[in-house]
Amino acid sequence: MATNKMFFAGTGGMGILLMGQIVGTAAIAEDKAVTFFPSYGPEMRGGTANCTVIVSDNEISSPLVHESDVVVAMTVPSMLKFEPTLKPGGTLFLNKSLIQQAPKRSDITVYEIAASEIAHDMGETRVANIIMLGAFVRTTNIVSSENVEKVIRDYFGERKAALVDINLKAFHHWTP
Amino acid sequence: MSGKVLMKGNEAFSEAAIRGGCRYYFGYPITPQNEIPEYMSRELPKHDGHFIQAESEIGAIMMAYGAGAAGGRVFITSSSPGIALFQEGISLMCSAQVPTVILTVSRCGPGIGGIQPGQADYFQATRGGGNGDYRVPVFAPSSVQEGVDMVYQAMELSDKLRNPVMIFTDGLLGQMMEPVVMPDFVPVPKSDEIRKGKPWALTGYGKDDSKRNTVTSLRIVPDVLEKYVHGLFEKYEQAEKELCRVETFDIEDADMVIVAFGTVARITKEAISMLKEQGIKVGLIRPISLWPFPYDVFNKISPKTKVVISAELSMGQMIQDVELGIAKRFPVRLINRTGGTIPTSLEIAERAKKIYEEIGG
Amino acid sequence: MLQPVFEYTKGMLPVETNYCPGCTHGISHRLIMEVLEEMDMLGNTIGCGPIGCSVMAHRFMNVDMMECAHGRAPAIASGIRRVHPDKLIFTYQGDGDLASIGTAEFIHAAARGEHITTFFINNAIYGMTGGQMAPTTLIGQKSTTTQTGRTVAQAGAPMRVCELVSTLDGAVYVERVALNSPANINKAKKAVKRAFDVQEKKLGFSMIEFVSTCPTNWGLSPLEAIDFLNEKMLPYYPLGVFRSPEGGQ
Repeated sequence: MATNKMFFAGTGGMGILLMGQIVGTAAIAEDKAVTFFPSYGPEMRGGTANCTVIVSDNEISSPLVHESDVVVAMTVPSMLKFEPTLKPGGTLFLNKSLIQQAPKRSDITVYEIAASEIAHDMGETRVANIIMLGAFVRTTNIVSSENVEKVIRDYFGERKAALVDINLKAFHHWTP
Repeated sequence: MSGKVLMKGNEAFSEAAIRGGCRYYFGYPITPQNEIPEYMSRELPKHDGHFIQAESEIGAIMMAYGAGAAGGRVFITSSSPGIALFQEGISLMCSAQVPTVILTVSRCGPGIGGIQPGQADYFQATRGGGNGDYRVPVFAPSSVQEGVDMVYQAMELSDKLRNPVMIFTDGLLGQMMEPVVMPDFVPVPKSDEIRKGKPWALTGYGKDDSKRNTVTSLRIVPDVLEKYVHGLFEKYEQAEKELCRVETFDIEDADMVIVAFGTVARITKEAISMLKEQGIKVGLIRPISLWPFPYDVFNKISPKTKVVISAELSMGQMIQDVELGIAKRFPVRLINRTGGTIPTSLEIAERAKKIYEEIGG
Repeated sequence: MLQPVFEYTKGMLPVETNYCPGCTHGISHRLIMEVLEEMDMLGNTIGCGPIGCSVMAHRFMNVDMMECAHGRAPAIASGIRRVHPDKLIFTYQGDGDLASIGTAEFIHAAARGEHITTFFINNAIYGMTGGQMAPTTLIGQKSTTTQTGRTVAQAGAPMRVCELVSTLDGAVYVERVALNSPANINKAKKAVKRAFDVQEKKLGFSMIEFVSTCPTNWGLSPLEAIDFLNEKMLPYYPLGVFRSPEGGQ
C-alpha cells in the first residue's frame, strides 16, 4: 500500500498550486486518499509558492510532510528549500531553465527538464508547469497519465477550449 | 456536485452551509478565511440567498443576529481577531436565544498575531469572550469532510437549540484541499412560512397582535434575569449530555495517552504510529466537541498509563480541560508550538518520547 | 349618544412608559405608531429598538420588535431585511446610539441604501446613563462629562447627522423635524409617513431626525426645555428636508 508525499514549489504566478490540484483531482478518480495544502498569505504575493500533496492508498493522517518522496522545483529557492526534505532514493524534478546549479544530494534521482525554454519555444510560456507535470506523472506513475489528461481537459475546457490543446501538448512533451 | 470532489476547506464549508439551509451570510475579509465570503457572494444569489459584505465583524454578527431573529438560517465566519469582535453578538444571541452557525478559521495571536494556523483561541471559543453566563457548543473537525458534515448538522442543531453553534477550524484545514462528498440540500422556508417552524421569530404578526414577538437580551429586574439564566443553563445542561463527541483509540491499554484536537490530532496520529514502531504504546483522545468537553472519557485511561500529554498550537489552553478530566490521576504534560509553526509528526513523536523517558516509562 | 372623538392608537400598547415628564419620546413613539396604524401595517412591521432611555420601546410599540445592542440597530435591521423583503422595518435610535457607538452601522446601512427607516432622536445628551455628553451636545452645553460646558478644544464640535448622511447616495430621504409645537409635530408625522412611503417603494434608506428634549438631564422644566430647543438646538440643527427622492428640499 503506497503513500507518496510531494512538494510542488516555485514562485507565484507559475501555476504551482494548479499542478498539485491536478494531481489531487486525478487521484480521486483512482479512489485514492488525497490531501493538498498550499502556502498562503503574504508569501503568495510575488514570493515563493508551494503546495504539499499526499496521495495514498490508505487514510492520510497528517497533511504535512517533513520527509518527501518527490519534489518538483521550478526555481532555485524552491530547490534549496525542498531538496533537503527528500528521503534517500527520492525523486527531484527541476526546471533546468531557471535552475543552473546542481542539486547537492547524491542519494536521490534527479530529472532535469528545461521547462521554461520548452514552453517559450511552444509559444506559451505559461505551460512550463504542465511540462513539468508531464515529466512528473509519466516518471512516477503516482497517478495515471489518462486521468491527468482528463483533469486537464475538464479544467481548461471550462475556461477556454483553446487552452486544452496547448496544455495537453505541453503535458506530453517530455518523455522519460 | 455529486460524488467525490477535491475542495478547499473554506469552500467546502461554505457549500455545506448552503446545503444545510443557510441563505444569509454576512462577512468581512480576514485571512485565512477569505474564500468563504468570496464563495458565498458568488453562490448564495444562485439559491435566492443573500450576502452582505459588512462594514466590520461587529456589523456582520449584528446582521446575523437580525437575520437569525427574523427566522433565517445564518452562517457567519471569521478568524481569530475577527472572532474577538464577534463576541458582543455571541453573548447577545445566547441571551436572546437566536440561532446562528459561526465558523472560525483560527490563526495566531495575541493581537493581530500571524495568519498561520493556531489553536490559541480555545479559551475564546469554549469559555467565550462575551459578557455574562452563556455557553456555545463548539465542534472541531480534523478533516475537510468532517468539517462539511459538522457545518451541515450545525445548521439544524443551532435552530433546535436556539443558540449559536461554533465550528472551530484552523488555517490549515481552511486552506487545505481534500476529497469531499457533499450532503443534499435541505428545503428552506419562504419569508411567510417562517413562523410555522419558528413561532418566536420576528416576521410581523399579521392580523393578530396577541402573536406579537419580541427578541431581546434585556432583563432589567434581577429576579427575572436570574430565573431566565437558570432556564438557559437547564438548556445547556441538556446539551452537555447530548452533544459530547470524542474519538479515542487504544487508551485502555496505553503507556502514554496524547490528547489533541483538529488538525493537530491528525498529525498526532502519525506520531503515534512512529512511537508504536519504537515499542511505545500510545493512545489518542481527540475531543470532537470542545464544549461540551468529553471529561468522562478520561476515566477509561488504563491505570498503567504513565503520562497524559496535551498537544496544542497554543501555550496550553485545552490542557486545563485535560487536567480537569484527569483529576490528578496521571501526570499531565504539554507538547506545543505557537506563532504559526505546526509541529511535524516527527517532532511530536520525539517530544512525546522524551517526556515518556523523563517520567520513567 | 356619545361619539368617541379621540382614540389611543392601537400602535401603542396600553402600558405605562418609563419616560420622564416633558420628555418627547412619547410623542415620537406615538407619531410612528399612528402612521403605521393608519397604513394598516402594524402587523407587517418589525422595529429595532436602541440602548438608551427608549431601551424599553419594545414593550410600548405594538409591532414585532427587536431590542438591539447599543448602536447596532441598522446592521440588525439590514439582516432582518434580507429575510423579510416585504415588511416595513425601522430602527429607533438616540444620539449616543446612532451618532457615537453606532456610527459605522448607521453610515454603512445608509450607504448600502438599505430599505429601512431610521428614526433618530436627537436630544443632545445621554439620557439613561445619566446626562453625559453626546456627539450632538452643543458647544457650551453642560453635561456630567462636560461639567463646565462642552468646548471645541476638548471635545470637538457637535455632529450634524442629517447633513452628514445626506452626502450618501443611498440615503434617499433625510429630514429633520422638531417636537416643539403642534404645528411641527404635525409636520413630523407627515415626514414619518413619507419615510415609510419611500421604504415601501424600495427607493433606499430614509431617516427622520427628531430634535427632542431631555428636561431631566438638561436640568430644565419641560417648558424651559422647549425654549432651549427653540433657542439653542434649532439654530445649530436647522429643520428641513436634506435629501428627497425628488431631489433637493
